[in-house]
Amino acid sequence: MPVQWILLIVLAIAVLGYVLGRRRALTLVDGDARRLHSRPTYYGWNVALYAAVPALLVLLVWLFAQPMIIERSIDRYIPEDAVSEGQTRGMLLNEVRKVASTLNGAVAQDVLTRPEALTLTMDDSARMDALKAAGQAVLTKPVILDAAQQYMRSTHTGSIWLSIVTLALALGLAAFAWRRTGPEFRARNVVEQVMRAILIGCSTIAIMTTVGIVLSLVFESINFFRLYPWQDFFFGTEWTPSFGGGSELGMLPLLWGTLYISFIALLFAVPVGLFAAIYMSEYASPRVRSFAKPAIEILAGIPTIVYGLFALVTVGPLLRDWISQPLGLGNSGSSVMTAGLVMGVMLIPFVSSLSDDIINSVPQSLRDGSLGLGSTHSETIRQVVLPAALPGIVGAVLLAASRAIGETMIVVLGAGAMAQISGNPFEAMTTITVKIVGQLTGDNDFASPETLVAFALGLTLFVLTLGLNVFALYIVRKYREQYE
Amino acid sequence: MTDVTDTAAFGPGGERHTSGSLLTESARTRKRNAAEKRFKAYGIGAIAIAILSLVFLLTSIIGDGASAFRQTYASIPVTLSADVVDPDGNRDPEEMSGVYSMSYGSLLTDSLRNWIEQEGIQIEGLTDADLSGFFSNEAQASLRNQVLDNPELVGQTVEMTALTSSRVDGMFKGRVSEESASRDAKTSVAQFQLAEAMRENGTLVTRFNSSFITKPDASDNRAEAAGIGVAILGSLYMMLIVLVLALPIGVAASIYLEEFAPKNRFTDIIEVNISNLAAVPSIVFGILGLAAFINFAGLPRSTPIVGGLVLTLMTLPTIIISTRAALKSVPPSIRDAALGVGASRMQTVLHHVLPLAMPGILTGTIIGLAQALGETAPLLLIGMVAFVSTYPGAPPAGFFDPASALPVQVYNWTQRADPAFFERASGAIIVLLVFLLCMNLLAIYLRRKFERRW
Repeated sequence: MPVQWILLIVLAIAVLGYVLGRRRALTLVDGDARRLHSRPTYYGWNVALYAAVPALLVLLVWLFAQPMIIERSIDRYIPEDAVSEGQTRGMLLNEVRKVASTLNGAVAQDVLTRPEALTLTMDDSARMDALKAAGQAVLTKPVILDAAQQYMRSTHTGSIWLSIVTLALALGLAAFAWRRTGPEFRARNVVEQVMRAILIGCSTIAIMTTVGIVLSLVFESINFFRLYPWQDFFFGTEWTPSFGGGSELGMLPLLWGTLYISFIALLFAVPVGLFAAIYMSEYASPRVRSFAKPAIEILAGIPTIVYGLFALVTVGPLLRDWISQPLGLGNSGSSVMTAGLVMGVMLIPFVSSLSDDIINSVPQSLRDGSLGLGSTHSETIRQVVLPAALPGIVGAVLLAASRAIGETMIVVLGAGAMAQISGNPFEAMTTITVKIVGQLTGDNDFASPETLVAFALGLTLFVLTLGLNVFALYIVRKYREQYE
Repeated sequence: MTDVTDTAAFGPGGERHTSGSLLTESARTRKRNAAEKRFKAYGIGAIAIAILSLVFLLTSIIGDGASAFRQTYASIPVTLSADVVDPDGNRDPEEMSGVYSMSYGSLLTDSLRNWIEQEGIQIEGLTDADLSGFFSNEAQASLRNQVLDNPELVGQTVEMTALTSSRVDGMFKGRVSEESASRDAKTSVAQFQLAEAMRENGTLVTRFNSSFITKPDASDNRAEAAGIGVAILGSLYMMLIVLVLALPIGVAASIYLEEFAPKNRFTDIIEVNISNLAAVPSIVFGILGLAAFINFAGLPRSTPIVGGLVLTLMTLPTIIISTRAALKSVPPSIRDAALGVGASRMQTVLHHVLPLAMPGILTGTIIGLAQALGETAPLLLIGMVAFVSTYPGAPPAGFFDPASALPVQVYNWTQRADPAFFERASGAIIVLLVFLLCMNLLAIYLRRKFERRW
C-alpha cells in the first residue's frame, strides 16, 4: 500500500475517532455536557490523538529505518567476488537500487507482471527486448539482478508489514481510547499533556538541526582526515585539487581570500553604517528618518544572488576598466575589490540597524549632561555617546564580520576561483565558501578527498562563524545589562 | 572631577577666554563649529552612499533585465514543401514525425532566401550560414510541431512568426552592434544588415515575450528560448513546503518556549541554539541537506522536497524569533482574565493569546518566506543547478520531481557563454524582486491593518 494511502487512512480513522469519541461521551451522560469532566470536544480529540500520533510516529521511523535494514541484508547477499576492480560496495548497492526501480517501472507500465519481474533472468532475451522497447532496459550482471529482485521482495514485504502495523496501531489505540471515554475520564488533561509533548517536540527541532549540522560536518570531516593529513589541510599553502589524485588541499589560500574580502567589506561597511546610524539617531528629523531607515533596510532584504549578479555584471567590469587596468594592477573583472565592495554594500544595514538600536539605548541623561557642559553635538557623540555604546558597536561589527565570512553568492560570482595568497586587491582570489560550492556541485564521489574536503571546509567555516557569533552576542548582552 | 574649573576656564592651549564678546566667534569656536558641520556632513554622506548604492544596484539590474521581457520575431511566408516535410505523401502525422527539425530549418532558410529575393533586398556577402543562423533552433521545432498538429498545412505557404536567434535579437536590444558583429564568429555584418533591412520593412518586430515567464530553461545555444517557468514552479513548491512545515512547527516551538517552558538548563540550551542557528551561514545548511536528506535519508537530488526541507530548517529560527515577539506583545492581562474565569493554560494560549498574536506571526512568516525565496547557496549543494527542461508534476508527487528555483536559475545563467543569458538572468531577478516586493507589501499591509496598541 503506498504511503499516501496509509497516511490518509490513519487520518480518516482519527476523524472518525473524533466523531465517535465525542458522541460516546455525550451519550453516556444523556446529552448533558455539564456532567462530563471535560468539554465534549476533548473526548473527541482524545480518541483522535490516540489514533493518529503513535501510528504516524511509527510510520515516520519505519520509513527511515526500512531502507537501511534492507540495504544491510542485501549487502550481505552480494558475494565478495562480485565487487570488481575499482568499484566499491556502495556503487554496487546503487546499481541494485537502480535495477530494482527499473523493474518496478516496468511493472507499472505493464511490460511485465510482478511475478515475471521477480523471476526474470539475464538469459530471458524475449523479456529483455520487451523491457528495452519500453525504455526500461536492464543492463547488468546476474548477481545484481538477483540482488535487485531480493531487494524488491524485501521492500514489498516491508511495506505490507508497515501497512498492517500502522493501521492496527491506529485502530487499536482508537478503540482503547474510545472504551476509556466516560464522564469521570479527564480527557482535557490527557489531551493537553499530549499537546504539550508535541510542543516540546517541535521546540527540540532547533537542537536536532544543530546536532545534524555538527554530526554531518564532523562525520565526513573525520573521513576526510583519514585520507588526507590534517597538518597539510590546515597549514598547506597550495590549493590544487584534481580528481585524478595527487591534489594539494591546503586551506590557507582560501582562508586568506575569505579574510581579505571580509576585511575590505568591513572597511567599507563599518564607517558608512556607523555614520548612517549616528546621523539617523542623533541628527535626523523624524521625516528624514522615516524615509532613510526603511531605504537602508531594503538593502538587507535583497537576496545575495542579486548582489552577486551586480558584482559580476556591473561593478567588476567598472573597476577593471576604470581602475585596475589603467593603473596596471590586473585584468580581471572578478577580484577581491569587486566582491569586497559589493559585500560592503550588503553589510551596511547590518551595521547600521544594530548600531542604531544601541546608540538609542544610551540614556538621554548622558547626552544632556554633556550638552549642558557646553560641548557641541558632535563632541557629545564622539566623547560620550560612542564610548558608552562601544561594546555594542563592536558586537554589531563582529556580527557583520561573521556574515561576511559566511557569505557565498557574492564571492562565487564576484571574487573568482583562483586560490592564491596575494596582497593586490585587484586580483581574483577565492574563499572557503566558493570552494565548498565548487567541490560539492555536480556529481560527487563521497570516497575521494576532493569531495570530502568540502566538509572539512564547512566545519572550519561553522566553527569560525559560530565563535564570532557567540563572542558578539556575549558582548552585546553584557553591554545591555549596564543601562537596563 | 577636580579639574572642572580648569577646563572651563582654559582652552587646550591654556589661554584664557574671559575677554571677548559672546557675539563674536573666537577662532576656537569657529573650529569647533566647523568640526560639528563636518561630522554632520559625514553622516549625510554615509546615508547618501547607502541610498545611492541601492539606486545604482536596482537601476543596473532593471536596466539590464527589462529587455528580457521583449523578444524579436520575424514573420515571413514559409513554403511547407511536401517533398521535405512529407516524403511519402500520406499526410500521416505518424510518418511525418520521422522528419527531424533540421529539415524544417532548411525550409525556413529557403523561405527566407526567397523572401529576400522577392523584396529585392541586396546585401553583400550574405552567406548561407548567415541565413540559417538567422532563426532560433526553437523556431524549427515549433514549425515542426505546428505541421504535425495540422498536416493539412503541408504544401501550402503560410505566414509564420519565427523566433530569431539571440544575436539577431541582440541587435534590436543594443547588445550587438555592427562593429561587434564583425568580430563575432556566430554572426556577421551581412546578417546585421539583413536584420536592419527587415526591420525597416516591418517584418522583424520586437514584442512582449510571455514565454520568458512560462517556458522552461533551454540549452546553451538557444538562449532566446530560455524561460523561467520551471524555476517559478520549483520556487513555488518549495515555498509551499516551507509554509506547511515551518509555520506550525515554528509556532508550536514558540508557544512552548514563551508560555510553558520552565526556566531550566534545557530551555536555555534551546534558546541559545535558536539564536545561533539564525546566524549560521546558509551554505552550512546546504551541507546539512546534502549529508542528511540526500546521502542519509536517500531523497532524490535537485527536488523541491529536499530544497523545501533545507529552507524550512533555515527559516525556522526567523519564524520562532518573530512569533515569540508577537506572543510577548500580548499583554498579561489577557492571560490573567482567561485564567481567572477558569480556562486551563493551554486553553488560554490557544483561545486567546494565539489569535491576538496571529497578525504578528503572519508578518514574521511572510518575511521568513521572502528570505527563503531568495536563498541560493544551499540549493546549489543539493543539486538544484542541474539542467531541468521538464515541468515538475502536480503536488504532492511533483515535490519529488527535479525542478529549478528562481535564484538558482539566475546563477545557472551567469555560468553560460552567450551574453543573452545575462540579460535573462537580470530579467529573472526582476521577477524575483517583484515577488519579494509583493510579499513585503503584504506583510506591511497585515501589520498596519491588524496592529493593536494595548
